[in-house]
Order: sequence, then structure tokens, then C-alpha cells
Amino acid sequence: MKQVVVISGKGGTGKTVISACFAALSRNAVLADVDVDASNLHLLLHPEIQERHVFKSGQKARIDAEKCTGCGLCLPVCRFDALVEDDMGRVSVDSFSCEGCGVCFLVCPVQAVEMEIPISGEWYVSKTKYGPFVHARLGIAEENSGKLVTEVRKKAKEIAEREGRDLLIMDGSPGIGCPVIASLTGTDLALVVTEPTPSGRHDMERTVELANHFKIPTACCINKYDLNHNNSDGIERWCRTQSIPVVGKIAFDPAVMESVVRGIPYVEYAKNSSAQEIRDMWLSLSNLLT
Amino acid sequence: MILSVASGKGGTGKTTVAVNLALALQVDHPVQFLDCDVEEPNAHFFLKPQIVESRDVFTLIPEIDESRCTYCGKCAQVCAYHALAVVKGTVLVFSELCHGCGACSLLCPEKAVREVGKRIGVVESGRAGEMAFLQGRLDIGQAMSPPMIRAVKRRLDPGRTVIIDAPPGTSCPVIESVKRSDFCLLVTEPTPFGLHDLALAAATAAEMKIPCGVVINRASLGNGDRIIRDFCAAEDIPVMMTIPFDRKIAEAYSRGQTILEAFPVYREKFLELFERIGTIGS
Repeated sequence: MKQVVVISGKGGTGKTVISACFAALSRNAVLADVDVDASNLHLLLHPEIQERHVFKSGQKARIDAEKCTGCGLCLPVCRFDALVEDDMGRVSVDSFSCEGCGVCFLVCPVQAVEMEIPISGEWYVSKTKYGPFVHARLGIAEENSGKLVTEVRKKAKEIAEREGRDLLIMDGSPGIGCPVIASLTGTDLALVVTEPTPSGRHDMERTVELANHFKIPTACCINKYDLNHNNSDGIERWCRTQSIPVVGKIAFDPAVMESVVRGIPYVEYAKNSSAQEIRDMWLSLSNLLT
Repeated sequence: MILSVASGKGGTGKTTVAVNLALALQVDHPVQFLDCDVEEPNAHFFLKPQIVESRDVFTLIPEIDESRCTYCGKCAQVCAYHALAVVKGTVLVFSELCHGCGACSLLCPEKAVREVGKRIGVVESGRAGEMAFLQGRLDIGQAMSPPMIRAVKRRLDPGRTVIIDAPPGTSCPVIESVKRSDFCLLVTEPTPFGLHDLALAAATAAEMKIPCGVVINRASLGNGDRIIRDFCAAEDIPVMMTIPFDRKIAEAYSRGQTILEAFPVYREKFLELFERIGTIGS
């Protein structure tokens, strides 16, 4: 089974639109949305949820006001500014700052600190008309998105192996931090979707560097390439120097936004040249994976 | 006033709104701009700051003094992140898992754990016109951006109007960036993606008790942005500004131009936006 992840560095370059097209063009794939922070792929794949799982991870401190004597021993040991002392010397936890290290719990002489494991998200196994789909929803203002990504990937792989499916297509998240690293490691190919803007270029370069760091091969897609031909040429030249194949160049087309509004993968919504370009890109990508 | 610009979904125009608002304001206000999207800092392309200083940012990771260590296993036991493991006669440190909480060094009975710095990125500072400018840049391969964001925000200047360009998403990097803001602008676009992630971002702001307002970017003519307006009406979140869907704006962006440079009439609109924020925020 091969694994491909669609990433970009910069947000809004078209990862989800392209991933949904791949889902529609694939024949025997498992699909996964590994952007657990702000997942959108389900809006184009219309999953029928079959299994729901609770995701619990990390811990947070909570102080029992009855037991707290206000001795203040915990205050200087918290490195995350998560302990707040009121005028009366009572201490409480700012849960947005708490990283769950438990140092306060360990130093409290009267066991007034409790470490709780909150429910920090849900993940789902669904059926779509394109194949099985694993997706998730991280709770509001939660952490550990990398661990949830790992959870989603694990399940998707398991399904692929059980059902004899030969490809896992993953819609990734923006950035280069922990969720992206969790979605990138161990994949066979990362498709980096960029756009011909200074930020698109800069973020693509950082993303490629990240993939290189983990020794993951990359391919590049220039979305909205005709917005700025100079920049697109620059990106192509740069890719050539890095030996990165440019597998697709998609024109700026307001019809893409219409397809998203209608909730339909673009290759099923439009039959124009940019839809054809995505089909061709899918073929090039499939060739790279075999 | 600390004003953060966030979105949930990436690529909706956070940087565009933050940059243009800062440029419009700096004429009459002392402004400090903080680019807290440390994984992909992009505001510099538009503000073109002169960077005068670059400081390395370190987190603390444990280093074991083997001459003192008795391999009792206490450090591994207290580490909530499984960043330490004690196996027959040696202590393994997995620095990429370490949050730098200091539990191991604080609680080692032999004082055999020393904390040393590990570089995770840089904070660059300088000026862009009249504006004070700071940006964080996470090193490639580093997983944790919150300590980088904290390093940027530690240098926040409360004497100025602070504009924070936040990263996309709704998890820890966003929380860290938006925390302690007086107001949060949420930039969205009138698509199901934009709406879905706006709802998440609005819930995040509500959870943090930060008042927020919405900017609809790539707004369409007619009824196109109704999905956003209906949501905002139902949730009682004000729509503060709309920026139309215009290929010319996208092209200007691709040349590294700000909206104010390409379409000077927007200066007034951004100033009005700020005035409205002041009215709601206070």
C-alpha cells in the first residue's frame, strides 16, 4: 500500500479541492483527512459516519480550592504561566496555558492538584461513494493535534490492509509543525500545492525542506498558475534545480469556488481544461507512485 | 489595544487584513506588528521591514550527568511527555518530545539532570516605516511552535496598538497567539469551507472570552455571502468589513503588493474597521 499526502505550507492553496478530486479519480483507495484542526474534506465527500471514537490525550491540572492552602509552592515551578493567584492567595489553573506537565501536581504538599484527561476530540470511520474515509474533529482550543493525526493514519492504514486497498490519500494541514510532521513521516510521496505568490513560494520551499528532512519524496502542483506567470516560471525553475517534478499547473478559475459551494469534487463538477489538468496530474502522480 | 487576526481555515486573508490594517493605522497610531504564524511567517513580504536584530530562541531540554545518575528512573516517571527513558545503565532523552517543563531536573534526587538550551528558531525584529515589527521563524523540523510564539509575544509593547497575525487552525498555536487579545478579527470566505472553519474559530474565541468580529474576504455580489451573514446573525457576531472577490486583488497579492498600494481607497475602509473595533472592544 502506498501513501500520498497533500500539503502546502501556506493555507488556502487548494489542498482539499485537489484531495477530493483524487478521491473521485481513485479506484481502490482509502481516504483520510489529516487536517484535524480545520478539516474540510468531508464537505466534498459527504461521508456517512459508521464509527465514532473518542480521542483522549494529554492532561490538564485542576486545583481543588477546598484543599489548596495557598502555600504558593506550585507558582514558581510552572513554566507555562498557567497558574493564576488571586488576591486571596488562592491558585487556579488557566487551562489554555496548561500543558499538562504535572509539576504542580508533583510539588503540591497537600494533594490539592488533580490531573485530568479531558476528551479532546473525536474521530470517525465513514463510507463515501469513493471509498472508506477516516476523519476527525479536534475539540475547540485543544492540543495534541499531531497525536490525533497519528490515530487517523493508523486506522486508515488498517482499513487499507484489511480491504486490500493499494493507496492511502491524505489531505494535510497548513504549516510545518507537529500535525504536518505527523502526517508526513513514513509516506511515499508528498504533493506540495503552491500558488504563484511570494508567500506560496516561500512556504512551499519550507515545506519541501521539511519533507527532505524526513527523506520523503515530493512533487509540486502550481495552483492558479496564471495569476502571475513570472512567479510560476520561478517556481518551475526552482523545482528543476531541486529535481522536483511539477505534476500539475492549474489555472485560476472561479468555477472552483462554485464547485466548493455546491460540495462537489471539481473533476465531477466541471469538464473544462482545469479539470482535465487535475486528471492529468492524477495520472502523473500515479506513475510516480508505482 | 491588542488585536489578533485569526481564521480557522488557512489562506482566507489573515495576513492581508493584518498588514493593511497596520499600514492604515500607522499614520496616526504607534503600531507594533507581531507575525505569530511562526511556521510560515509571510507578513514581511508585504511590510518589507528592515530587520535590525535576530535572536535565537531556545527551549530547555535535559542533559544527564552520568557521574551522578543512579538510574533510579524518577525522571522518566515524572515526565508527562515520555521524553525520557531509563534503560539498563543509560538514560535516553527524546528531545523532540520534551516540553521543557523542568520536572526531571526539579525532581531528580541526585541532582543529575541539568537543563540545556536547544535552538528552535529565531525572533527577528525591526521597523517597517513607522511600525515596530517582530516575527518568529520556527526552524524546519521542529514540531512545537507555541514556545516560539511565546518568545515573540514576550516582546509585546503594550504602549502601542498591537496587531497579531495568527496561524491558521484552532489548536495550541492559535490559542497561544490569540491569548490575552482585546479583540479578535476572524477572516473568512463565503464558501462551505470558510463557514465551517469560521464556526470553529468563533467557538475558540468564545471559549477564550475574547470578543470577535468577522471580515468576509472574496465576498461575492448578490447573495453569495449569505451563508456567512446568516451564521454571524445567528451567533450575534458583527460583520465588520467585506473585501470583494476580485482577480485584480489576487494579482496584486501575487506581486507582493498590499491592497492599500493597489487600491488606495481601502485606507478609509481599514480605518473605519479599526474605529468599529474600538467601539465594540471597549
